[in-house]
Amino acid sequence: MSADKISRRAFAGGIAALALARRASAQGYAGLGETADGFARVTPGKTFAFPADHGPHPEFRIEWWYLTANLVDSSGAACGLQWTLFRQAAQPGPQGEGWANQQIWMAHAAATRAGTHRFNELFSRGGIGQAGVTAKPFAAWIDDWEMKGFERTDDRTLAPLTLKASGTDFSYALTLEADRPMVLQGDRGFSRKSERGQASYYYSQPFYRARGTLSIDDKPVDVIGQAWMDREWSSQPLDADQTGWDWLSLHLASGDKLMLYRLRQKDGKDYPFGNWISASGETQMIAGSDIQMLPKATAEIAGRKLPVEWQIAIPSRSFSILCKPLNPNAWMGTGFSYWEGPISFAGTHDGVGYLELTGY
Amino acid sequence: MRRALWVLAVLLSHWRRHRMQFATLLIGLIAATALWSGVQAINQQARNAYDRAAATFGGVRTAMLVAPNAATFPQELFVKLRRAGWPVSPVLEGRVQINGHSVRLLGIEPVTLPVDVGNAPRLGASDLNSFVAPPGQTLVARETLSDLQETEGAAPPISSGAKLPPLRVQPQLVPDVLVVDIGVAQRLLNKPDQVSRLLIGKPKGKPAPLASVVGEQLQRVEPTAETELERLTDSFHLNLTAFGLLSFFVGLFIVNSAVGLAFEQRLPMLRTLRACGASARLVNTVLVVELVALALVAGLIGLVCGYFIAAALLPDVAASLRGLYGAQIPGQLSLQGEWWLAGIGISVAGALVAAATSLIKAIRMPVLATAQPRAWQQRQRRWLILQSAAACMVFAVALLLLHYGQSLIAGFGVLAALMLGAALMLPAFLDILLLTGQRLARGPLASWFWADSRQQLSGLSLALMALLLALAVNVGVSTMVETFSRTFVGWLNGRLAADVYISASDNAQGTAIRNWLKERSEVQAILSGGRAEAQIQGQPVELLGLPDHALYRERWPLLETAPRAWTQLVPGNAAFISEQLSRRLNVRVGDVIEVPAPGGSWELDIVGIYADYGNPKGQLAVNVAALIRHFPQTPQTRIGLIVAHDKIPGLIAALQKQFALDDRSVADQATVKAESIRIFNRTFAVTSALNAFTLGVAGIALLTSLLTLANSRLPQLAPLWAIGLTRPRLAAIELTKTLSVALFTALLAVPLGLVVAWCLIAIVNVKAFGWRLPFHVFPLQLIELVAVALLASLLAALLPMLRLARMQPANLVKVFANER
Amino acid sequence: MLSIRNLSKTFSSAGEPVHVLRGVDLDLAAGERVALTGESGSGKSTLLHLIAGLDAADDGSIRLGDTEVTKLSDAGRAELRRDRIGLVFQQFNLIPSLSVADNLAFQARIAGRHDAAWSKELVERLGLGGLLKRYPEQLSGGQQQRVAIGRALATKPSLLLADEPTGNLDEDTAEDVLALTRDLVARTGCGFLMVTHSLHLAGTLDRHLTLHAGRIA
Repeated sequence: MSADKISRRAFAGGIAALALARRASAQGYAGLGETADGFARVTPGKTFAFPADHGPHPEFRIEWWYLTANLVDSSGAACGLQWTLFRQAAQPGPQGEGWANQQIWMAHAAATRAGTHRFNELFSRGGIGQAGVTAKPFAAWIDDWEMKGFERTDDRTLAPLTLKASGTDFSYALTLEADRPMVLQGDRGFSRKSERGQASYYYSQPFYRARGTLSIDDKPVDVIGQAWMDREWSSQPLDADQTGWDWLSLHLASGDKLMLYRLRQKDGKDYPFGNWISASGETQMIAGSDIQMLPKATAEIAGRKLPVEWQIAIPSRSFSILCKPLNPNAWMGTGFSYWEGPISFAGTHDGVGYLELTGY
Repeated sequence: MRRALWVLAVLLSHWRRHRMQFATLLIGLIAATALWSGVQAINQQARNAYDRAAATFGGVRTAMLVAPNAATFPQELFVKLRRAGWPVSPVLEGRVQINGHSVRLLGIEPVTLPVDVGNAPRLGASDLNSFVAPPGQTLVARETLSDLQETEGAAPPISSGAKLPPLRVQPQLVPDVLVVDIGVAQRLLNKPDQVSRLLIGKPKGKPAPLASVVGEQLQRVEPTAETELERLTDSFHLNLTAFGLLSFFVGLFIVNSAVGLAFEQRLPMLRTLRACGASARLVNTVLVVELVALALVAGLIGLVCGYFIAAALLPDVAASLRGLYGAQIPGQLSLQGEWWLAGIGISVAGALVAAATSLIKAIRMPVLATAQPRAWQQRQRRWLILQSAAACMVFAVALLLLHYGQSLIAGFGVLAALMLGAALMLPAFLDILLLTGQRLARGPLASWFWADSRQQLSGLSLALMALLLALAVNVGVSTMVETFSRTFVGWLNGRLAADVYISASDNAQGTAIRNWLKERSEVQAILSGGRAEAQIQGQPVELLGLPDHALYRERWPLLETAPRAWTQLVPGNAAFISEQLSRRLNVRVGDVIEVPAPGGSWELDIVGIYADYGNPKGQLAVNVAALIRHFPQTPQTRIGLIVAHDKIPGLIAALQKQFALDDRSVADQATVKAESIRIFNRTFAVTSALNAFTLGVAGIALLTSLLTLANSRLPQLAPLWAIGLTRPRLAAIELTKTLSVALFTALLAVPLGLVVAWCLIAIVNVKAFGWRLPFHVFPLQLIELVAVALLASLLAALLPMLRLARMQPANLVKVFANER
Repeated sequence: MLSIRNLSKTFSSAGEPVHVLRGVDLDLAAGERVALTGESGSGKSTLLHLIAGLDAADDGSIRLGDTEVTKLSDAGRAELRRDRIGLVFQQFNLIPSLSVADNLAFQARIAGRHDAAWSKELVERLGLGGLLKRYPEQLSGGQQQRVAIGRALATKPSLLLADEPTGNLDEDTAEDVLALTRDLVARTGCGFLMVTHSLHLAGTLDRHLTLHAGRIA
């Protein structure tokens, strides 16, 4: 994409200095490696307060509400959905009124089946109500996409919720239920991203049960399955020499959940991290040295080589699986582009999940 | 390849020995390409400008939502629609004053702006941030920047005192527009949370029906493929194109005669080439290659000339378009690659067409020359008959077009067919004339004179046809322009009734000025006017409020009236309609027209039709008091004064001093008149310039034809010399012949030109502008043109004649020596 | 070297067929110099044109060396003229826009066999040394014909065909030009067939044939 191309696209640049992924990689993926001058810093020891922390934290540079769902339709065919709302502050400082507000919102939605992958993106400026998030009652929206709670929505589980999004050739609507509370990632919600202190606040709700309708090319089908939401905000989550990440959220058949990622560095080293969440909701961090993530097969999309198949092992837990994508072409060709799609895995453990590959 | 190069070298050697011929060929091609591409460059420039205007953030090329009363509406509707899935983007539009200039201010929202909105400012990632984030940016076209006398980076204040964000040049932007972020625009225009319109982008799903989201508050306006501006200016560009085309053809006439002669002369050379073993295919290929190469060279030179022609004419064109249609065309020529390619293409294609007959003749040529009797008479007769038959067919087409054609193109079609027919008919006509002369001639020399003139006809006919066309167009255009300017001046005299015109900046100032004027003894009458806008049948229509004053009744020119028209106007239920609008709406005196007014529909009896030259918008004239009753928002800022003439300068000076009015806000009648006339003169400046170019090219055509003919005429002249006519005498006879043929042509051009003028006035103008002028003939002008044509012919004939008069007898003798 | 058998050619004039050649047989050996005479309209020039491939025969055969001229395509005949035949016309047919030097070299260049030494020799023998920069119109008839002969021989053809080469020249000049031609033909060893109406000149060649009523008498 040329730099002088028009506004809306280039706009994603606003949200993350954009997507000349190659250029971006010089400063960490999508500009996440910039310094955080003027923005609030992420420090350990924060006490999370709900529902307040479900809402936006505009004093931090970036923030997202990120939901993925692994579903099956009535014929048993697998499919996946993604719904993400990003917030980025163009400037630090007090929040401007109306159009003067410095928040910029971007949203991605995708629906993936074995043979199809549909996605769309939206942009909006803050301050006027076109996009935003409220904590109580919970609502995150941009245009007619929304993730919305009810009066009765429980702040600890962030459920029930309704979720909807649409593009030119797809749309979906889900209801999300959960009976276990949020899970704080990392060290009680403090997620360190490098040795030099880059970090984010990070919590998840991996226990959603999802049910609803997915429509591709005007053919609606009922879907059911499980979903995982990540909430994360930061002012500088990546170190300047970190080029991107490979991230997985896994729903094990046992009911346990596993979040795994590795941050890739320019020097070829990586920074793996994991969190094992038992079916009852207890978490246990997994040491980076105990995680083996090996790309097994690559797909070539949009001129990039993407490792869409992984061999993953955690020897201390006798865990060894092979992850395969539902659709290797789950490329998000949006303003800033990445790979994000449903996977299934087998080995010592079986299950489904989502894989995200950025910075390629 | 080497062989082909040698053949090419041999073919090219011909031009070295016939430089004049070579120059003729090149001049023809260059003239054709230059005028054509010059006109194309201007048209392209204008079209690009219209496109830019149309595409600017929701011009008519984009579907949009607007409030039914065309007022601004709350921004909350934008959010509502977005949240209902409508891909809309808000725009707030208004006008601001900067350094005394009034400029359009557009507030846009770059994040939601539809990508397909056209040449929106191209913002890179960091650009977007600097556009949106404080202090923001004001995007501006370079020409507007210099109009405002500002520099990039400056942040000039507007009349309210607020400062614009720093100016930044955006080359693709339309002139006279400032683009800022919508938030900035709301602040500058003092319209917090207000929006003028919502541009509709590509829908991403199935949004809820409009009414279910915003009720009746907004309505959808569909995009139109052709803008009002394009429709209005079409005729103007068609006009230019017609001239370009005419010059192109005249240029091709030159090429045709030069190539024809050159090929004729080179036939023996081609035979020798073939006899010496160059194959027919090789020779023919090289002939085509040579022609194409020449066309490429000439095309390139022509394009450069065309560029300069366009650059020279563009300021006038831009001025006329602005004056006539309010269209903003940048005065700086910017050309695209396609223009160069098209120009080269047209040069090559033109050369090939012009050379087609000669090429075919060369290609079909047998190696052995078959002795053909020079039955020129027979050939010429056949050719005359064929051409006359073609002329009749073309005339028939003209009649059909005149009868059935409705459009402007049909109007031009009639013109083109008439001229082509007349041109085709010309040789036959001249032949008959000369034959008559021959029959009436007494004495051998006179007989020879006529007969020889006839024989020369085929050689000269193309040049004469070009001359006829150029002259006829000249007569036509001059007649039209003259008619126009006289009609216009007369009309303006009636229309500009008041002595002094004042335009106050707002109603308060208007009232203050009126009060002040009441105290001035030199002011005999204060005439308040007013203007409002309405939409009738989807067209913007101006409503002009006229004061009820005897001066208007006496002087305001009306084309058609009902009885007691002025009296009927006073109560406010009657109107005059402008000629253009009456044609567009097909409304006559006695009809009733409904005008949507803020308070409801306003029914107006049409009691008069008036000429409103130069106004692109349709207009209705009503009583000013009635206008203000129906359109209470009408600014009461326009004031006309009747003043004792010797007091005018003093009054104006006093007004300027008292109310700080600039030259544009207060002016006397003479100034307004001079300004109007200046604009109108510029309207036809381009036409006149092209006219002169065309006549020049026709002159060149005549000169080159005569020059080439001069050489081939030696065998005809040598015997006369041999039997005792002196060379100067021969030259004089030749000159007389040329001049008499040119005179005949010029005389024929006069009636043809008048027909052209009639077509322009009665067909083209009416279709193009909506007004019809009275048809006048200006005999002096016609005589002048005929004289100019003769002078041109004289100049063209002079050089070859001088050469003949001074020719060494040896050259004449050689004719006999070389005679086969 | 040149062998013509039963050659026929008919033209139609004003709708009437005119049988110009009615079975011509003719042989010409390498180095042989033959004159062809006949009254006006007897078909002398037509025969020459057919041999040169300028026109196509109706019937019969023309063999030049191994080549059957009548079977050649237009391009083939052009090649034949270019490489193996020299042509000299009564009208000289020089190219007016080329200098003498260029006219001389012109066929050889097209044939791609320009031989500088041979050209130089030709210029010397034809006595054109001082005229190389002139244009044809600045030359006398005899000079022009010498240029034409030079052009025809510049390719060292195997056959030189001349159609009334002296027809436009006065008697003395004609003799000179023909003498030169004879010498040059002898020097190159090519065959020489000359159409002429001058019995005197015809007598100066090796053999003299007469065309009568479309046949060699």
